[in-house]
Amino acid sequence: MAAPAEEAAGSGSGSPSSARRRLSIISGHLRGSPWAPGREGPSPSPCKAWGAPAGPASGSIPKKRQELLKWNGWGYNDSKFIFNKKGQAEFTGRRYRLGGMVLPTFKEWIEKTFGASLEHKSTSRASLNVNDVPPSIISEEFLQDLIATKISYSQDAEDRVFRAHGHCLHEIFALREGIFRRIPDIVVWPVCHEDVVKIVELACKHSLCIIPFGGGTSVSSALECPEEEKRTIVSLDTSQMNRILWIDEKNLTACVEAGIVGQDLEKQLAESGFCTGHEPDSMEFSSLGGWVATRASGMKKNIYGNIEDLVIHIKMVTPRGIVEKNCQVPRMSTGPDIHHFIMGSEGTLGVVTEVTIKIRPVPEYQKYGSVVFPNFERGVACLREVAKQRCAPASIRLVDNAQFQFGHALKPQVASIFTSFLDGLKKFYITKFKGFDPNILCVATLLFEGDREKVLQHEKQVYDIATKFGGLAAGEDNGQRGYMLTFVIAYLRDLGLDYYVIGESFETSVPWDRVLDLCRNVKERIVRECKEKGVQFAPFSTCRVTQTYDAGACVYFYFAFNYRGISDPIHVYEQIERAAREEILANGGSLSHHHGVGKLRKRWMKESISDVGLGMLRSVKEYVDPNNIFGNKNLL
Amino acid sequence: MLQKELMSKKRDEFEDILEERRVSSDLRYAMKCYAPVIYKGLSPCKPNAIKSAVLQSEQVQYVIKQLAKETGESPDIIQEEAMEILDEMGHSMQLGAVRFFAFTLSKIFKRLFQRVCVNEEGMQRLQQAIQEHPVVLLPSHRSYIDFLMLSYLLYTYDLALPVIAAGIDFLGMKIVGELLRRAGAFFMRRSFGGNRLYWAVFAEYVKTMLRNGYAPIEFFLEGTRSRTAKTLTPKFGLLSIVMEPFFKREVFDTYLVPISISYERILEESLYAYELLGVPKPKESTSGLLKARRILSDNFGTIHIYVGQPVSLRTLASGRINRCPYNLVPRHLPQKPSDDIQEFVSDVAYKMELLQIENMVLRPWVLVAAVLLQNLPAVDFELLIEKTLWLKGLTQTFGGFIEWPDNLCAKKAITSGLALHSNIARLVDGHVVLNDKGTEDGAVGEIIFKRALAVLMCGTYRNQLLNVFVRPSLVVVALQMTRSFRKEEVYSCFSFLRDVFSDEFIFFPGISLKDFEEGCFLLTKCGAIQTTQQEIYPTDKGSVVISFLSAMFRPFMEGYQLIFRYLSKEAKETFTEKQFISGVRNFVFQLLEKGNTQCYEALSSDIQKNALAALVQLGAVKKKKMTNGFTYSINQEAVNKILDMFDSRIPVQKPVAARL
Repeated sequence: MAAPAEEAAGSGSGSPSSARRRLSIISGHLRGSPWAPGREGPSPSPCKAWGAPAGPASGSIPKKRQELLKWNGWGYNDSKFIFNKKGQAEFTGRRYRLGGMVLPTFKEWIEKTFGASLEHKSTSRASLNVNDVPPSIISEEFLQDLIATKISYSQDAEDRVFRAHGHCLHEIFALREGIFRRIPDIVVWPVCHEDVVKIVELACKHSLCIIPFGGGTSVSSALECPEEEKRTIVSLDTSQMNRILWIDEKNLTACVEAGIVGQDLEKQLAESGFCTGHEPDSMEFSSLGGWVATRASGMKKNIYGNIEDLVIHIKMVTPRGIVEKNCQVPRMSTGPDIHHFIMGSEGTLGVVTEVTIKIRPVPEYQKYGSVVFPNFERGVACLREVAKQRCAPASIRLVDNAQFQFGHALKPQVASIFTSFLDGLKKFYITKFKGFDPNILCVATLLFEGDREKVLQHEKQVYDIATKFGGLAAGEDNGQRGYMLTFVIAYLRDLGLDYYVIGESFETSVPWDRVLDLCRNVKERIVRECKEKGVQFAPFSTCRVTQTYDAGACVYFYFAFNYRGISDPIHVYEQIERAAREEILANGGSLSHHHGVGKLRKRWMKESISDVGLGMLRSVKEYVDPNNIFGNKNLL
Repeated sequence: MLQKELMSKKRDEFEDILEERRVSSDLRYAMKCYAPVIYKGLSPCKPNAIKSAVLQSEQVQYVIKQLAKETGESPDIIQEEAMEILDEMGHSMQLGAVRFFAFTLSKIFKRLFQRVCVNEEGMQRLQQAIQEHPVVLLPSHRSYIDFLMLSYLLYTYDLALPVIAAGIDFLGMKIVGELLRRAGAFFMRRSFGGNRLYWAVFAEYVKTMLRNGYAPIEFFLEGTRSRTAKTLTPKFGLLSIVMEPFFKREVFDTYLVPISISYERILEESLYAYELLGVPKPKESTSGLLKARRILSDNFGTIHIYVGQPVSLRTLASGRINRCPYNLVPRHLPQKPSDDIQEFVSDVAYKMELLQIENMVLRPWVLVAAVLLQNLPAVDFELLIEKTLWLKGLTQTFGGFIEWPDNLCAKKAITSGLALHSNIARLVDGHVVLNDKGTEDGAVGEIIFKRALAVLMCGTYRNQLLNVFVRPSLVVVALQMTRSFRKEEVYSCFSFLRDVFSDEFIFFPGISLKDFEEGCFLLTKCGAIQTTQQEIYPTDKGSVVISFLSAMFRPFMEGYQLIFRYLSKEAKETFTEKQFISGVRNFVFQLLEKGNTQCYEALSSDIQKNALAALVQLGAVKKKKMTNGFTYSINQEAVNKILDMFDSRIPVQKPVAARL
């Protein structure tokens, strides 16, 4: 189960203003995607499914991930930022709304923000050097037993390397320029719950280490193999366990295999007129099991809830056996909820195989919106008020000025003189007539969903509140572009890497009264640390308030800098990221809101949940997995 | 390592700011375009807006509600009370008042002082700092001139005028109080420990100004003017208030700027001496100030202001305050700082005072005073010159910051010092004598009083050397007391002395061993001692240094001895501080009359109070809070033991640090 929840990952958003069109775009990703059968083809294993087709459904992600996805970067092979012959930025491919569009001001923004120059390129090596890859070490006995189960597997170097990492900066950097010291020895593709039971039994019998792998979008080093692991490491890829087993329209629930990725889940539910509404920004690639394993959060949680609110039942295979409940009820008082041992366990206890999740009818109407505020303080005050009145739309986000300008730089070439004239007029109105300082103002982006009438009513309520805080409605287009930014940013990192710019995102949750202080101090800390570490150009350090709750908010940071002149950029980067995390904790923020802990943030676990708290988690681990079969060393 | 630390003191050059004033128009200067640089995060607001923000703040409102609940009083009435406190306290800085001050102070300063010297680099650093983070100015406090001068200085350099925490007794001065308020002073009651409303309003007022970056905040760590020119032990209340916004991360960082203001001649010198001898100080009043006008015709020499390197609170705290003690309670609730934080605040306070001390300028007269006090009643002028020059060398070896006027030869420098301080000493028949003859043939008591007055005034100047000399000197004293060369024993005695004098001199808490090593290092450097792994030997040629150092601190050794003796023989079981002081004073006076001691400085209430405080810390005296102030009770046995150690009747026994 990889951490899927990286918001920086591409969501399928950027679609026009209706849920159906949004989904149709996502499904549009699929039409062209070849389903590449695994080396051994679909397995004929006797999986029973109630009303679902036997064997794996055709998921969006093939067994050979590299045939569809980049091996050394984010997302689809055919989608990326490039500079065209005229030196203008362009996004390739047809998968996203931005595809094929020219972004005239983007180059200037990059040069201005990072001091980067297009003349200085740092290219990745062209392909993986198979000779560098650590050999696969497997005992013959295990292999014989595995073959006997007829579960699909691979010892191929590429397959193993591409499951040895998530999407942390240092991992992508290692792919581009080096290699991992320890990678899985074998990849297995179970197609159903029973397959997983067999694999876990074999692992216990032969004393192996299993690392579950879902969508591979982790940003917490959760998928990294512990270097000192001497046992055979089995990467358990859940991607072929991707069927919806049943849909219960009376109770509005669906039972789904845990390997399904977000876009497939929504697409297939949509065929019956339903959705889960769980949309982490990585939903194109991240899996249901991964969401459970990391306590994921979705963009529209204000309507649908986070993963812990959505889950009704979890089935998990552990070395001790199978853990599940005896019924599928909305709530029960039977001691501490065992689901909460599983959610956030980050693959340390077992493999989630099947999840019963709440579903909702697909909403009739969807509308984007945006509000400009004179400054960030007013914007935060407005979000706080919206949260207080509990009238937050499906999504409400507040980006700071730097991120607003960033979004602006991604504006495609306008089609007509009339549009550019209108743009100019709007800008004039806001900056000259209303006196907003373009270098201070900030923008909230909104997404409303539901009945058409209710959406319009809701919209009015929110805009009325915004007006009280000096906000001005700034149109649907700006809102939509804001959401687009969250999915292209991961693609942008790959572009940055080509020009000596490295960056990453990180997140936290914080009480309302500390939001402003935390945002200011963390950004300042990053700037200061960069200066101290000899980064020559001031870094890009920006944040947005990305989720609102009754008692606080989730804050998301982007941070990138030009590393020319620095000999060990990854080390410098990690020191700065660590300092930023220290700053967050000192400001009363949490260790993580939804990315999880993995191995990247383990060092702060004790101070986060106390000695005793850590001991509680350890004792669960010791009971469930005494021989540390699930030895990815996350969390504890 | 230690060597590097002690040798790396490089200091900036000084610039005389009065020079410009003497050649150009004061009026034009007062009316100049004044556009100070401001904090980058400043949200501009008027003094009244600050007041209402403070009143409406969650912090103050919380305390108001609490008090209303506890006392049954209506919240409105308490709010009213809070408003009154704010009005009494709040500043209302106005440019007009500032310009008025700029004009009159130019006139006054030019009359009073020959030069006002400032390190310009320090001002530039300050200018930088003001833009980056909220700034707290921490000047030394020797005179009322301090804060006038500092504001004047900032105005001259086009920097934002500080808001100043001043004692509320200034408000008694009708017009001046109001003018000060308009120049940016805000007033605090001298003691308000018990008044929660006052504390809440005051703390919030200070913090609001700091968070907004409204202006630099200025206050005196020493809490009051040092009457002895010796740095007083720090007070922590205000410091912990200004540090809190950083602890709670309401600001990213806060700069603390130590500022050393050294006077060649202190305006209040005779006033202080009277006060130390128990003649009460006149209450601040406008007419008092006018009477003080006659001092305008006097010459007070040169002032040196050294603006130290701004110290980042964040840097100080890194690694120290790791846990987040404020995360689990809403930040507006009043919370007693944890032991960790209290210790940190105390450490910072001492560090800042040590930085002040480091950059205090020492004028030749300070050296003269030190030599003179060891050679009473009179010293040959030539000998004085020779000794002063010798002391100059020693002071520099110890890291003292000597400013020798314009490379004058020693004789001229000392003559001009004598001229400036003719009220203290003068040249008679080739000898320099203390000016202690008031009425030629007064009563014995009067003669002693006059003499004490002169000694204390002279002592004020010698005192400026003490914090530079204290570490090597206490090593020397310890060497003499233990009559042993064993390092262990000497250290043990040193450590005992350091504890006893912890209120007299400024020591960074808890680093006794480091202080000892520094003392030994400096003595080795000037050739006074040699050390081996286990032992310390005085060298032959070191005897001059050693006897000089021990004589320099003899008044304190003897003074404390007398006080302990008084406590062990004459004092009642329990007493108040007032009773204690008059008791000691009479006791010492009688001894002086009989000629049984020459320690005039034991008459100083400063030494008396410090000794008492030290005994309280050592557990030999118990301090109890009663309804009408504090009372003290003696543990005779403990006092006798300390006295015996002082008299060298029993060896000092202290647990020795293992590392030695």
